[in-house]
Amino acid sequence: MSAARRCSPPRAMAGLLFWHLKSTGVRQTPCQFVHLCHVAHDRLITFQYFNFLKRMYVTRCNRDLSQRAKPKADSVASPVRELQQLDQEKKVIHQIRPVPPVYQPLSEPLRRNELREKKPAAGAEELVPAVRAEPREDRQWKEMKLRLEELPGILARLSKIKLTALVVSTASAGFAMAPVPFDLTCFLLASLGTGLASCAANSINQFFEVPFDSNMNRTKNRPLVRGQLSPLLAVCFAASCGVPGITLLTLAVNPLTGALGAFNIFLYTCCYTPLKRISIANTWVGAVVGAIPPVMGWTAATGSLDAGALLLGGILYSWQFPHFNALSWGLREDYSRGGYCMMSVTHPGLCRRVALRHCLALIGLSTAAPLLDITTWTFPLISLPLNLYISYLGFRFYRDADRSSSRKLFFCSLWHLPLLLLVMFTCKKSFLEKEDKDLLPEGHGRATEMRLP
Amino acid sequence: MAATRVLRGGCYCHRRLLSSASSGRPTVERGERQESPGLGFSPPAHSRNDWIGPPDKHSNLRPVIFYVPPEESALERRLREARQEAQACDQHFWARHNRAFSQEKEEFIFSRLKAKGLEMRDETGQKATLNAEEMADFYKDFLSKNFRKHMQYNRDWYKRNFTITFLMGQVALVRALRWLRWKKRSVGG
Repeated sequence: MSAARRCSPPRAMAGLLFWHLKSTGVRQTPCQFVHLCHVAHDRLITFQYFNFLKRMYVTRCNRDLSQRAKPKADSVASPVRELQQLDQEKKVIHQIRPVPPVYQPLSEPLRRNELREKKPAAGAEELVPAVRAEPREDRQWKEMKLRLEELPGILARLSKIKLTALVVSTASAGFAMAPVPFDLTCFLLASLGTGLASCAANSINQFFEVPFDSNMNRTKNRPLVRGQLSPLLAVCFAASCGVPGITLLTLAVNPLTGALGAFNIFLYTCCYTPLKRISIANTWVGAVVGAIPPVMGWTAATGSLDAGALLLGGILYSWQFPHFNALSWGLREDYSRGGYCMMSVTHPGLCRRVALRHCLALIGLSTAAPLLDITTWTFPLISLPLNLYISYLGFRFYRDADRSSSRKLFFCSLWHLPLLLLVMFTCKKSFLEKEDKDLLPEGHGRATEMRLP
Repeated sequence: MAATRVLRGGCYCHRRLLSSASSGRPTVERGERQESPGLGFSPPAHSRNDWIGPPDKHSNLRPVIFYVPPEESALERRLREARQEAQACDQHFWARHNRAFSQEKEEFIFSRLKAKGLEMRDETGQKATLNAEEMADFYKDFLSKNFRKHMQYNRDWYKRNFTITFLMGQVALVRALRWLRWKKRSVGG
């Protein structure tokens, strides 16, 4: 998947390089090359693409989780001779040019390879951190001065932007599943409000956990841990996201959604975060936190808390367990040392039982969907293989209780949820259909309740 | 002293700091940077910011060298000292805790291997390890043993964090007001 997708950019870059070299002449090339490197860097094309030229590429299987280096088979030789020439010239360039302090193209891939060997599987919420120049910079002393150009990146990491995106997408799923005509403005406002609320909650969570995050491999590169941001700024950022977010939800969407959003922030920051270090009950609280966004999406659309909202919330609630329990299985050492009370450490049997239980619950909940008139009966049918597969992995995890089964379950949960929600959406029962069904058997004489859009 | 230390988890670090302060640790002069013994780094003289270093190998926390501005106010001094104290407390707690963890882990592995009749290192000289399932008993044990210590530390950490952030807020507010006053004066005058 990744190899094919990465084919065109390196060629384009190589072509650009070649054109540049030709037009500017070798003498000026070092500066141009550096310039190109910076351009590439800015455009978030990492050095992996240059690696491609050297016939060794890095694949990212499961983008969020791991990288492995694989020496490329010789069969795919550089088609153009110029590319090889480029290679040579590039090597020559690097020998002559003094090493710039920030960007060291050649030595990096090697260092990154070494790092990759040692790196444990990271959690879904954190991408394998930008490995570009990290290991070297990590060993240096840095001035604690906030640079404006770094601020967006820092705030993105502070607000766990990828997790926020997932939360917003579950809220959108809730909105989309609601049996009302689709209102784009409301949808966008609800998504924005939910996103802001999630950013605020995540920032406060990081604010509360600095020394604990420093001691865990998964979280040791967070902005507050690295001193890229002061705690005061983190709190101000959280306030400036949370207050407008909740206000937006309350005033522009509806008060119920706003209340749910505020409650969720409270639950996450003041209940879940401290509870993580006190009792294993934190996992259940965290599951509720994850279940609320789709409920918010539904209430944003309909304005009321229906059975459908609760069902969607229930599906997300059940999904959290196989997802989190499988993840936590591989982090037992870090949790133990960091003082986190997690089922995987204190009650391993319960951890696996609960994961399996909730995988099976997903089957039940999917079956309940058509009974509550949310989807057609196609949904339980199509989702059955998905739910059976995750249940099977849950059973393997329950039985084997080892790292490989936990990882398989975790990876599966990552694609299982989006797919399930997608299938749910495609099997959504059109509300027009429902109204016709309601109207048809009625006689002329009886007053029928018209559902206003 | 040792008994208090055992019973009161994180609180002992306050006593320790007080005792070290009374033993004549030099106070920082205004305009100078704090001494950084053993950190192996001095920030450049012209820099007016704090500097943060790589993670400590025992505590995994990043040490900060604080900048003392020549015109440091009382409030700013309180903030700086609170941050220094917090850093020292955290460093002490985590270094000790992590060292205890590694030590107890080694002992556990040794005892388990002995029970199995194996040596710490096998024929090739590689260190023998237990798999994750065998280690799980140790992790569970360690967590429950240190539960009270963590509870104490959590309370202290939350208190310190709020205090420091609040002080930062106050300092920022005072600085902002000062800047506004200066702006008004320079515009008016």
